Amino acid sequence: MDLIVPTAKGLFCPPGQFYIDPWQPVERAIITHGHSDHARRGMARYLCHTQSVAILQKRLGDISVTGVEYGVETTINGVTVSLHPAGHVLGSAQIRVEYRGEIWVASGDYKLEDDGTCAPFEPIRCHAFISESTFGLPIYQWRDPKLVHAEINAWWQANAAAGRASIMQAYGLGKAQRILKHLDPAIGPIICHGAVEPMNEVYRAGGVELPATHFAAQITDKAALARAFIIAPPSAAGSPWARRFGDYSDAFASGWMQIRGRRRQRGVDQGFVLSDHADWPGLLSAIAATGAERVFATHGSTATLSRYLREKGLDARPIETQYGEDDDDVVAETVAAP
Amino acid sequence: MKDFADIYGRLDAATSTKYKQQVIGRFLKAAIAEPARWADAAWTVYFLSGGKPRQLIPTKTLRQLALDLTGLPEWLFEESYQNVGDLAETISLLLPKPGNVQELGLTRWLDERLLPARNLPDEARLEGLKTWIETLPDTQRLAFFKLVTGSLRIGVSKLSVVQALSETCGVDAKIMAQRMMGYTQASRQLTAQDFADLIAPSNGTEQDTKASGQPMPFFLAHAFSGTVEDMASRLGAPENWLIEWKFDGIRAQFVHRAGQSWIWSRGEDLVSDSYPDLQILQDFIPEGTVLDGELVVVEPNARHEQRESVENIQSFALLQQRLGRKVLSAKLLSELPVALICYDILEFEGQDWRERPQFERRALLEQVIKTAHEKAESRRQNLPLRLSPQLFGSTWGELATLRQNARAIGAEGMMLKAGKSAYGIGRRKVDDTDVWWKWKLDPMSVDAVLIYAQRGHGRRATLYSDYTFAVWTDDTPGRILTPFAKAYSGLTDEEMKQVDAIIRKTTRESFGPVRSVTPTLVFELGFEGIAKSKRHKSGIAVRFPRMLRWRKDKTVDDADTLASLHALLPQENP
Repeated sequence: MDLIVPTAKGLFCPPGQFYIDPWQPVERAIITHGHSDHARRGMARYLCHTQSVAILQKRLGDISVTGVEYGVETTINGVTVSLHPAGHVLGSAQIRVEYRGEIWVASGDYKLEDDGTCAPFEPIRCHAFISESTFGLPIYQWRDPKLVHAEINAWWQANAAAGRASIMQAYGLGKAQRILKHLDPAIGPIICHGAVEPMNEVYRAGGVELPATHFAAQITDKAALARAFIIAPPSAAGSPWARRFGDYSDAFASGWMQIRGRRRQRGVDQGFVLSDHADWPGLLSAIAATGAERVFATHGSTATLSRYLREKGLDARPIETQYGEDDDDVVAETVAAP
Repeated sequence: MKDFADIYGRLDAATSTKYKQQVIGRFLKAAIAEPARWADAAWTVYFLSGGKPRQLIPTKTLRQLALDLTGLPEWLFEESYQNVGDLAETISLLLPKPGNVQELGLTRWLDERLLPARNLPDEARLEGLKTWIETLPDTQRLAFFKLVTGSLRIGVSKLSVVQALSETCGVDAKIMAQRMMGYTQASRQLTAQDFADLIAPSNGTEQDTKASGQPMPFFLAHAFSGTVEDMASRLGAPENWLIEWKFDGIRAQFVHRAGQSWIWSRGEDLVSDSYPDLQILQDFIPEGTVLDGELVVVEPNARHEQRESVENIQSFALLQQRLGRKVLSAKLLSELPVALICYDILEFEGQDWRERPQFERRALLEQVIKTAHEKAESRRQNLPLRLSPQLFGSTWGELATLRQNARAIGAEGMMLKAGKSAYGIGRRKVDDTDVWWKWKLDPMSVDAVLIYAQRGHGRRATLYSDYTFAVWTDDTPGRILTPFAKAYSGLTDEEMKQVDAIIRKTTRESFGPVRSVTPTLVFELGFEGIAKSKRHKSGIAVRFPRMLRWRKDKTVDDADTLASLHALLPQENP
């Protein structure tokens, strides 16, 4: 029997009567992580990892939410449910569902490298694996993130030396903290936009050490502003908020920056290839490590990944979800400023 | 290759023209200081200015290389390519990490590997390429594949290279442009000496010393888009202008020096070998002459005694059949003979005439062509040489009326050349009255239906931006849509996004990168020329098709028919 099926409201577990990351209001939702296309409003009850609780509350306000630790089994209508690290952002989890000896895992979003800001991905053996496929094409092969972080620091250093600020466009949850974590604070002050700082607080409260950050208004010295590294959501780029920094260089960090056309489309000075999603080899090795015979690909290059896996002898097919919308889509963060 | 990859990367990342100029300047300065790098620099200048050695590595071989080295199935390679939108970039992203990397300079890459590889059988070339690629550092891959696929696309023009060279070497830009003429020919094999010649200090007598076949930089026109009513106030009286037809052929220069003649196309490619029919000109035009004109196909056995005649000029579609032919059969030469319609004279008796006023040059040109024809007639030769007719009108309105006849004679409109102006370089403009204007007819247009869509390239790789358009076969109930043109320009970014969304929603079938859609979208499609064609299903070929307007007010049933296209065909000569 299929333990998880796509429905109009979201991925549904029929024996357990719960949904995973539903996109329409339901009674009971298990949430893989706090990004807005996975954690939506309107569910009567939420279940997520303990570290996601504060994120969901910050975003969705007063909700009924239960947090569980990784690896702890909960039983819902006879179905055993447990959460396991997905390595995507703080609190991100794969959902393992077991019923009458059959094991299914829904991955949510994941990446394989340990980025130092959240629990690293753990492969879970299962019969069927529902995998994301955001970067499900072989053109996406990430370089060692250490090199990318070094490049980001070098870019900052060069800008600071030239007397111009460095504005990094990054999504407020996850990417921002990952970049922040590896910045070299000796270069200059670090400023976070009002949409980013609340998530920094959640990370710090969750035990993740991050360099000290400031709000833009807290730094009045013009010389210090010219050496600053600023993390802001893409929506703040080019806004009056950004103009206060005077002459600046801007950058965007995302897996999409792998493609020259996307870099140019973005219109920033620098594109850094840094993703919180698995690249092509990552997807393949994660899928292989589950030992699953059936694979369902959600959001991204679903058809491509499925076809490739089928040719390798797996029973793989795409399923429709509303995560990430289109293959071109990048989820924008919508955290309100405090 | 490292230096080339480095400058490629910097130019590609740069967003402002000024900064690009600085990057090139810095590169040149560093290269000049190190004569050991001159050969590499000569090639770098060649590639930055748009040089493309003919068929370095066939695309087919590059695809095979990528498939062999990655072990990917072909469909997955194609899908990757469709997402990236650029072959060179796709391959460099897909290849596995290199083994033992090895640095090899650009010149050695070309001289020892790429240029000789052109003569190898396919198999050997592929094997060679595989070994070389394994030692190529991955940071140099993109630049390398860009170079071999021949499309750098980094927004650097030949003119900007000329300017950077001129500034770095302190040599006047005009002289530098002169030195760079023909530099980017496909057949070049460059050495350190070529770079030395480029950067040499100017000795002031450069104009006289060239006994070579070097052409002059072409002077280009600006589009005039004002109304007829505005013309008198903006341009003054028509008598101050040399007014001519804008013929639809290939702009070319005929150079005759030191007992030899050359034909250069506007792309600065030497095309003499493609037009042996023009070899005869050198017997009638004196040495030390450079003529600027238009290459056109004329009817077989057309006579040219009437020097200013516009009779017998064939459509551009027929000229296209002469382009890029490796073998020119006697049949082709007799069926599609070419002639040169002369616009201007740039050099006479070895003297540079470009600074002289347009009207003065015109008078000389008339004289030169008259003499040539008299000489030819005395020898009973039919000289494929004409004089671009000068057009007259007392008012701009009168000329606008005359312009309506342009299409009937195979022209796209008129050229307006200031009578006092010099022959400049590139698209130079001093003011409205000291310039060349192209004054084209409004494009022809029909309402057509979008039936296929394909993703674009580069920054449009994520959008369905290249479309195939169709018109109805006729007005009968059983009529079908027949495709006749492809177009990808004319929409705003916003419109393109909307069209892209509709295409995704109305897709019927995908064949590889192409989607067929349920016909719902009607566009006004404009084009500059139209001709009969045996190769096209519709029997019609249009020139420069583009979208003029999205006709949201029209339904698919309102679109035009083949008959509307046929009505636009030029009248057959009786």
